[in-house]
Amino acid sequence: MNIPYRPITLGLIALVFYVLLLERAMAGGGHFYTPVTDPLVKEECGSCHLAFAPSMLPARSWQHMMGNLKTHFGDDASLDADTAAKITRYLVDNAADAGERGDGGKLTRGVAGVPQRITELPKWVREHREVPDWEWRHKDVRTKANCVACHVGAAQGNYDE
Amino acid sequence: MNRTIAIVFITASISFSTSSIAGPREDLLAQYAVAAKSSGFSAERGQTLHTRNFNGGKPVTPACTSCHGSDTRAPGSTPIGKSIEAVAVSVTPSRYTDPAKVEKWFRRNCTEVLGRECTPQEKGDWLTFVMGQ
Repeated sequence: MNIPYRPITLGLIALVFYVLLLERAMAGGGHFYTPVTDPLVKEECGSCHLAFAPSMLPARSWQHMMGNLKTHFGDDASLDADTAAKITRYLVDNAADAGERGDGGKLTRGVAGVPQRITELPKWVREHREVPDWEWRHKDVRTKANCVACHVGAAQGNYDE
Repeated sequence: MNRTIAIVFITASISFSTSSIAGPREDLLAQYAVAAKSSGFSAERGQTLHTRNFNGGKPVTPACTSCHGSDTRAPGSTPIGKSIEAVAVSVTPSRYTDPAKVEKWFRRNCTEVLGRECTPQEKGDWLTFVMGQ
C-alpha cells in the first residue's frame, strides 16, 4: 500500500498554519475595544479625533469630561445641552465599568480616581512602553491620541500591533 | 414714519422670498445680514479673515489656515492629524447646509483662532468667501 505522504504533509502544514493564525486572532480579541456605533456620538466625538471607544474609560471619567467640554484638553468642544446629554448617556452605558458592554473593563482594571487621558492609564502605558520617542514625534503620528497612525484597524475596534 | 414701515416690510418680504427659494446657505447669510445690520458681505474680507494671523487665540492655531490649509479646495488636518473636508463649497457641496453645525464650528474655531467669537459680519464675509471657492 502506498501512503500519500505529500498530501498529508501539506495538509499538516496548512493545519499548523491555521492554528497559529487562529491563536493570533484570539490573542487579538484582547485588543478589541467595541467602536462607537451611534451616529451622533460618531459625528460629535469623531470630528477632531477618532471617536474613542467608550470602554476605554470608566463612566465617572466620561461624566466629568462631558461636563467640561469648554476646556476639552485645551480645546473648546462645547455642545448644546441636549446633544451633550445624549452622548453622555451612550458613553456611560458602554463605559469600561459597564460589564460585558464595556469590554470587561480590561483597560481600566484597578484604576482609581477620575482618569481623563486614555494614554495615561497604566495598562496603556505598559502596552506602549516599547514605542520609541522618535516614532511619537513622526509627522504622521504627532500625538499619542492618534491611534490610527499605527493601529490601522482602530476605527473598527482592533488595536493589534 | 410710514416710509420706514414700508421699507421694513419690503426688506422683510424680499429676504423672506429669497430665503424660501434659496438654500440653507443663503438663509444663513440672510440671518447674518440682519444680525450685522450689514450693507453686504465681501468675499475679499472673508479671504483676509481666513488667511491672516491673529494673536488672541491659541498659539498653535494663529489662523484658520493652521488647520484648514492655505488651499481652500484641498482637505485640511486637525492638530491630531484627522482630515478635514475642504472648506470650498465647490469641492464639498454638502458644507454649511446645517445651520446648527455652522454655528457650532464658528463658535469653537473663532474662539481658538481669534480668542473671541466671530461677529455676524465676519461670519457672513467668510461664508461668502468659501461659497465662491
